[in-house]
Amino acid sequence: MADIASDETSGIPVAKTDRSADQLHRNVLIGLALLLAIAPFVAYPVFVMKVLCFALFALAFNLLLGYGGLLSFGHAAYFGMASYVSAYTAKNWGLTPEFAILSGTAIAAALGLVFGALAIRRQGIYFTMITLALAQMLFFFCLQTPRFTGGEDGIQAVPRGRLFGLIDLADDRALYWLVAAIFMAGLLAMYRIIHSPFGEVCKAIRDNEPRAISLGYRVNRYKLTVFVLSAALAGLAGATKAIVFQLASLTDVHWSMSGEVVLMTLVGGLGTVFGPIAGALVIVAMQNYLASLGAWVTVVQGVVFVICVLAFREGIVGVVAKAIKKPL
Amino acid sequence: MFSRKTFVAATALIGLMTSPALAQQISIKAGVLNDRSGVYADLTGEGSVIAARMAVEDFKAAEKGIKVEIVSADHQNKPDVGSTIARQWYDQDGVDLILDVPTSSVSLAVSQLTKDKNKVFIVSGGGTADLTGKACNANTIHWTYDTYALAQGTGGAMVKAGGDSWFFLTADYAFGHALERDTSAVVQKAGGKVLGTVRTPFPGSDFSSFLLQAQASKAKVIGLANAGGDLTNSVKQASEFGITQGGQKLAGLLVFISDIHALGLQAAQGLVLTESFYWDRDDQTRAWSTRFAKLNGGKQPTMVHAGVYSGLLHYLKAVEATKTKDSATVIAKMKELPTDDPLFGKGSVRADGRKMHDMYLYEVKKPAESKGPWDYYKQIAVLPAEQAFRPLDAGDCPLIKK
Amino acid sequence: MFELIGVPPQALFGQVLLGLINGSFYAILSLGLAVIFGLLNVINFAHGAQYMMGAFVAWMGLNYLGLNYWAALLLAPLVVGAVGIAMERLLLKRIVHVDHLYGLLLTFGLALIIQGLFRNQYGSSGLPYQIPPELRGGQNLGFMFLPYYRGWVVVASLVVCVATWFMIEKTKLGAYLRAATENPTLTQAFGINVPLLVTLTYGFGVALAAFAGVLAAPIYSVNPNMGADLIIVVFAVVVIGGMGSIMGAIVTGFSLGLVEGLTKVFYPEASATVIFIIMVLVLLVKPAGLFGRPA
Repeated sequence: MADIASDETSGIPVAKTDRSADQLHRNVLIGLALLLAIAPFVAYPVFVMKVLCFALFALAFNLLLGYGGLLSFGHAAYFGMASYVSAYTAKNWGLTPEFAILSGTAIAAALGLVFGALAIRRQGIYFTMITLALAQMLFFFCLQTPRFTGGEDGIQAVPRGRLFGLIDLADDRALYWLVAAIFMAGLLAMYRIIHSPFGEVCKAIRDNEPRAISLGYRVNRYKLTVFVLSAALAGLAGATKAIVFQLASLTDVHWSMSGEVVLMTLVGGLGTVFGPIAGALVIVAMQNYLASLGAWVTVVQGVVFVICVLAFREGIVGVVAKAIKKPL
Repeated sequence: MFSRKTFVAATALIGLMTSPALAQQISIKAGVLNDRSGVYADLTGEGSVIAARMAVEDFKAAEKGIKVEIVSADHQNKPDVGSTIARQWYDQDGVDLILDVPTSSVSLAVSQLTKDKNKVFIVSGGGTADLTGKACNANTIHWTYDTYALAQGTGGAMVKAGGDSWFFLTADYAFGHALERDTSAVVQKAGGKVLGTVRTPFPGSDFSSFLLQAQASKAKVIGLANAGGDLTNSVKQASEFGITQGGQKLAGLLVFISDIHALGLQAAQGLVLTESFYWDRDDQTRAWSTRFAKLNGGKQPTMVHAGVYSGLLHYLKAVEATKTKDSATVIAKMKELPTDDPLFGKGSVRADGRKMHDMYLYEVKKPAESKGPWDYYKQIAVLPAEQAFRPLDAGDCPLIKK
Repeated sequence: MFELIGVPPQALFGQVLLGLINGSFYAILSLGLAVIFGLLNVINFAHGAQYMMGAFVAWMGLNYLGLNYWAALLLAPLVVGAVGIAMERLLLKRIVHVDHLYGLLLTFGLALIIQGLFRNQYGSSGLPYQIPPELRGGQNLGFMFLPYYRGWVVVASLVVCVATWFMIEKTKLGAYLRAATENPTLTQAFGINVPLLVTLTYGFGVALAAFAGVLAAPIYSVNPNMGADLIIVVFAVVVIGGMGSIMGAIVTGFSLGLVEGLTKVFYPEASATVIFIIMVLVLLVKPAGLFGRPA
């Protein structure tokens, strides 16, 4: 990965951290928590939950790209697989939502281990294409095993169930608090990972792999770990989404979903801590409010992609960070 | 979208001002939810919105003190997108009924949601017979066609016409499997044999290898248990490999007139298929379709468009009769009132939500037989509703007590 | 489904032939990708959309201008190639100095735009395009019925592949190209206009995709999504072959078509995934691909 992100002006934007930024980050985190607390009273809760699920997904993707320097074009595999597992266990085994979500996350992590081990054998663009091809393979697997996935009908009418067997989640508000909690937990976990010694080594590898190797780090082990973590977080997002929408379907494993998460991260700001959240909000809102435009939605998405790559590589949060001269 | 909404609102307003019966104004919001950008955009899409607007117009809703607003959205054939829109429509936007919804996965999701929210769902584009079977509920009415009827039509009638040995090209996904299963049951029941089946990857572009296997099987009929792009590709390649010239018949198990339009008669000729509506069937359908085509850029309606029109019309009749839009009351009335409209003729809505009408077996014309654009079908047989659709007690619908 | 032993050798031969025909498409498309990647270091995600444009230009030529198939076969690569050149000049050029991954993202966005625009204009159910009258019908080879058109596809794509290989490996222009791939700065210093070479190369790669599109128009459904799923399989083909050599792309393309063809006979359920499975196996044994140089 020596050629990626090594050059500050040309590479994928690099997230840097310093002491003075920590305080700012803490404030942003608190601000976010407050925002989440009032959101269901001002906005349509189901919409907010959708944004949160995708934001978590984009955060997971960004963990791999922004901090591992690895562009995966197959993240739908972990998101979708987890959503299937969570839906299946909740519906057919009657698991309570928290266990359904956990089992989905665990399977996504396992899948990430297998796919990651294969994909990190190649670098750069090859890595990207391999993740894409592996995800496509999983897509066909899901398509052809209707007994597990329900084929193209998906797993429908998944019960939201009772949290810990006590709290009825059929009420949108009750469910909202669970989703918000999961999202915050995911965000904090990711924040911890980035700022741990492990995260620092990952960044070192991303910036200069030969150097990290010569320092004695087992580079592939670090890469694989960050891959698995990212897959698990993506899985957490997918598993939660299945409970929210009471459905898991092929859309979640299709490669266009992988493209969408890339777009969200790109719009929000690659390699920024909070960028993916902003990106997810923008893209989900766009899909929601432009739904009546029909086929133009894809065109608009394409245009956003092109504009971001050409003129707006920092993304929304990247631009803000530049303006306040602090990493976000 | 805005201008359309204002237009409807304006007509409603004019109606309000001129209408003598102002006593009870009922306002209804109908959502047309379908594919406006994907493979089914031509056979559902904007055409269904046009059909819905025509229904409001023909019903003279405004004069009868019923204000109807029509909204529409694209579900992109994704169940999650569809259920999000439907949820928002029901929760936030005050939508009373949803129409159309092609793609079985999405229609099943919307059906479930409609039941939870106690609204009304009239399916036209969706095909799975589960909607009135295992997954049936009191809030869903399945209007235009279903996979069972298609299998009955194409399978049963082909065997009767001498096509007693079959080979299936089945798209390797649940919908393809269901089509194959239903049709082979019909074929075998009618005394035919199934010589073989090949599962083709979905979505696929090259079917030549599978077509050769079908050719080698010497079956009289090759059943195409696929839809959309798979169907067009397989028909196109069958004509390339001279399958129909070799004496084998192609039977499409889910074909719409828009597919034939996409294929062209050169490639599609001789294909046998079942539909519940053809624009050129009689004077009434022709008159309606001419009006429709004018609004739809010259494209003739598909059976799905016709179904949206007919379904909404019947719903409005029930609202008029009951003077309420309470879901349970209206649906009960819809099931009680016989249906009658220029497109499907006389019929009824069964207790499990199945709309009953005749189905028709068509063969695609040769290019020489066609008199002009959209002159595509010749009718081979009529299937009375009772034979076409699954018997009431055979569907495992929880609403029906055995 | 057929049993392994149940397949008579003649039928098998027929399937091998069909596999080669599909391989032709893989070969031309992965060749185009390889040529572009070689010089621009960009994975052209829009390749599938450009393939689709080729087929649509053929359709438009026929329906708006009355141009027949043969004219389209010449014209479509030129038109789409010109569009490609415009894309390179206006867009791709602006991001040469940043990470190559942005090239992938940019072309992905372009693919979305192109497919969306065509979908708006022509719908998704596809458009009719006939086999040219000269190539209708076919020959009964005893073991199978070979439509003339399929035979033509194999011949045409072999000719195009070999010509491309010859041009790159054996001509002066090709030598410049290889030099620019190896070391653009030095090549520029020798007075060769590298940016122009880059533009033309992209145009050429895109033209190859459009050529494949025209070849596909009479036999596959001409619709805006026709390239979208195909391109991912071609990516896998490229990973298997490795981007090292032009010959690698050609050979891998044809042979994977063959493998896929055989899978369709013995275990059709796996025919959609077989190429991906091979990819995994190749990665385990030879991470750089069959013909690639180790990184």
